Amino acid sequence: MSISGTLKKEATKEAPRKELESAVVRFAGDSGDGMQLTGGQFTLATASAGNDLATFPDFPAEIRAPAGTTYGVSSFQINFGARGIKTSGDSFDVLVAMNPAALMVELKGLKTSGIIIIDIGTFSERNLRKAGYDVSPLADGSLDAYRVVELDISQLTLEAVKEHGLTNKEALRCKNLWTLGFIYWMFGRERKPSVDWLEAKFATRPEVAAANIAALNAGHALAETSEILDGFQGFAIPQATITAGQYRAVTGAEAIAWGLATGCQLAELQMVFCSYPITPASSVLHTLSKMTPFGVTTFQAEDEIAAACAAIGASYAGGLGVTSSSGPGIALKGEALGLAVGVELPLVVVNSQRAGPSTGLPTKTEQSDLYQAVFGRNADSPLCVLAARSPADCFDMAIESVRIATKFMTPVILLTDGYIGNAAEPWLIPDVSAINPFPVSFEIDEEGFHPFRRDPDTLARSWAIPGKLGLEHRIGGIEKDYDSGHISYDPQNHQRMTDVRADKINRIADDSPPQTVELGPESGRLAVVGWGSTYGPINRAVDNILGEGSEVSHIHLRNIWPLARNLGELLAGFERVLVPEMNAGQLVTLLRSEFLVDAEGFNKVTGQPFKISELEDAIRARL
Amino acid sequence: MNVVTPPEPLKPKDYASDQEVRWCPGCGDYAILRGVQKALSDIGARKENTVFVSGIGCAARFPYYLSTYGFHTIHGRAPAIATGIKITNPELDVWVVSGDGDSLSIGGNHLLHLLRRNVDVQFLLFNNEIYGLTKGQYSPTSRAGTRSPSTPFGSVDKPVSPVAFALGAGARFVARGIDTMQKQLPGLFKRAHEHKGTSFVEIFQNCIVYNDGVFSDFTEKEVAADRQLHLEHGKPMIFGKDRNLGIRLKAGALKLEVVTIGKDSVTEDDLLVHDEKDQMMATLLGGMNGTDMPVAIGILYCDPLPSYEEGVSALAARAIEQAPSADVNELLRHGHTWMVEDA
Repeated sequence: MSISGTLKKEATKEAPRKELESAVVRFAGDSGDGMQLTGGQFTLATASAGNDLATFPDFPAEIRAPAGTTYGVSSFQINFGARGIKTSGDSFDVLVAMNPAALMVELKGLKTSGIIIIDIGTFSERNLRKAGYDVSPLADGSLDAYRVVELDISQLTLEAVKEHGLTNKEALRCKNLWTLGFIYWMFGRERKPSVDWLEAKFATRPEVAAANIAALNAGHALAETSEILDGFQGFAIPQATITAGQYRAVTGAEAIAWGLATGCQLAELQMVFCSYPITPASSVLHTLSKMTPFGVTTFQAEDEIAAACAAIGASYAGGLGVTSSSGPGIALKGEALGLAVGVELPLVVVNSQRAGPSTGLPTKTEQSDLYQAVFGRNADSPLCVLAARSPADCFDMAIESVRIATKFMTPVILLTDGYIGNAAEPWLIPDVSAINPFPVSFEIDEEGFHPFRRDPDTLARSWAIPGKLGLEHRIGGIEKDYDSGHISYDPQNHQRMTDVRADKINRIADDSPPQTVELGPESGRLAVVGWGSTYGPINRAVDNILGEGSEVSHIHLRNIWPLARNLGELLAGFERVLVPEMNAGQLVTLLRSEFLVDAEGFNKVTGQPFKISELEDAIRARL
Repeated sequence: MNVVTPPEPLKPKDYASDQEVRWCPGCGDYAILRGVQKALSDIGARKENTVFVSGIGCAARFPYYLSTYGFHTIHGRAPAIATGIKITNPELDVWVVSGDGDSLSIGGNHLLHLLRRNVDVQFLLFNNEIYGLTKGQYSPTSRAGTRSPSTPFGSVDKPVSPVAFALGAGARFVARGIDTMQKQLPGLFKRAHEHKGTSFVEIFQNCIVYNDGVFSDFTEKEVAADRQLHLEHGKPMIFGKDRNLGIRLKAGALKLEVVTIGKDSVTEDDLLVHDEKDQMMATLLGGMNGTDMPVAIGILYCDPLPSYEEGVSALAARAIEQAPSADVNELLRHGHTWMVEDA
């Protein structure tokens, strides 16, 4: 049975749906199966339904890995619910496995009694073998602990779309929409946004749009009319209590791009974004490349070094140069960052961290570039380091990066990671016109001018740009005389300039908000201190432990360098300090060396975010 | 009515900064500096609108000695920094000053891309075929067999030809000069300045300390006329102290040969006439080596195309014209959004 392209009112079966506070669904299939698209559409439908949510796209580095292999499995996980959602979820309630390899890879993450939707159309002997199954898991009882829904999705899709005249290959590409329709029914989601989206996406190929819509409707209809599982009537997830307003889903990459452009508008500067493609940072370049009408110039440079240097040239000329990359690319930019430190030009550098060393795991997340950001240049080359904690937070931190870079005439490194960059969350869209602007004023005063004349409060040097008559000057990487800006090899002068560069960066702490405690008491038994994308799991874990009646606090750092003025005192108020990080222990070293605090690391580098349960166990063990 | 007094034209010395020039006495760089100052005066360059960008090396100190804006950057990266400057403010008049190591070794990649993009800057390559600032190691333009502190038994690798590199990278203006050409250098720089797009100028520059006399086989007074071909667009290629030597295309081959006018019934009409817009001719001229063929000096190639930043600006103008809005608030609300009502 199939439903035609027009939507009918969502029918309900007689028995009520089972209410859940939250649910985790993981879509898994071949790289070519469109799982990321399916997850993205489900995310939008779920956000529209009023749930809070968090997502985790998890895909291989290969663009099209050989079909049917375990290393070619591409997955998308979403956690959504009626309560505040902080992570993409530890284990899943529903697994969609589009082939044997997806089942092989993902089954271990499914809860006992969880539901598996399996496309048995792909369970050929050959595919089973490729996935590493000697015996079909459908036949050997290995799935007995789960509720299995076996469907020949391939065949059902072919039937659903046959009247639209697609080739067999094209028709099979609609499988993901068929599956999406099925899952939409399971969770009572509206199909209309996806129908609209398909019509817009395939505006020039209406037959493809119609076929995909037919597949979506067919999947939905089959779920609605057939007995999927004994007595299963679908799930209902009540709406979350969410601040009223207009929302959208946003990924970290989008939020960074929009935040940088907004920051430059607030600074009244032309934004010049210079970058070289690298996973997982390229999506920032892609988003900004479409933003020319918003005062953004983008430049795809010949390499990472050129990208950093062109950005420095942009700032020299009176724009705001921004460059972005991931760890290996940031390493290449290192010398240029030293130049920006030395000539004291504003620059924003976004690092979407990934697992390393070297090429490492390009599509997997890690937060192991903290040392690189804070210390990773030759000589004493201090600069400001900030870290975003979630996709939406990227917007605010991008604006803050622009503000600090221009106010203090310094490079600012903004750390995000692959997880934040690709994951989406609902975002209460801010009113940009309500944000305080921070317009830059270029130097115009010729009286006593020299390029390293400093603001007495911030110690920022004066920013004179080419084109201004009377302020012609020369700057460069050679040490400058404190009082004239000319080349100076004087030993005492170098001491003085080194000191003032460090002092200037330290003063950023006076201009930044004091460190607050996210959850729990302001002092006490245990502070769990995090930074970056571990925010969600730490916050949920601490919340859960607080709910058990134990005393624990969550502190999350946005200002990595300089550290907040009050941080040392705050940490001294706790008996123990635990620092979970997706690295071998970097912030923990910084805290120990800066504050002589007996902080303890809790570290994980599996390329996957922390699970809440892991953190809960670590916290309980220290209470 | 307001009477606008045109600004007093600046003299070459007005383009000198107050900094003491610190090249070795007798260095070819002094002559190039004078040539550039003269050219700036001839052009009527506005100091505030002129930016000299350099990388690292002896030549890279150049910006400190001019009274314009200047940026002494890092090794090899001046082309990238200049590109950032031009895409941010295309109105600025940008000159890049570089050496053979800076632009063809550590910065070879950036020069390649500057040229192929055709960013509107003047690129002056001071070629002394040696690393001066690091005390005399051989460079990527040093001839094979060059003895230096890092190659005491002579270098093995073959040199790169700056002109062949530039033409290969897609340069639309390629010229050559010699540091001692005090009369001609300002004119050469002026032509480079007039050209829109990257103007690539190689200047043979004598390093008096580490590579003295390396170009003397074609620059010494006694041999110069017979070993240099000074190119003029539309003129036959004649050289020699008696003005009786010429260049013509060898019969049946894509090669040049030297002929003597009046010998073997060769007349001026048999000679090649220089065509600045002929890239193949420029390639052949650039390959002349100064031993059996003279060294081509002057403008080898000049065939302008729109500059990179013109393209970027035009693209931006089109995008802005077609954009529904430039309001970030609207951007943040485009596509799929939803309202959450007060509970």
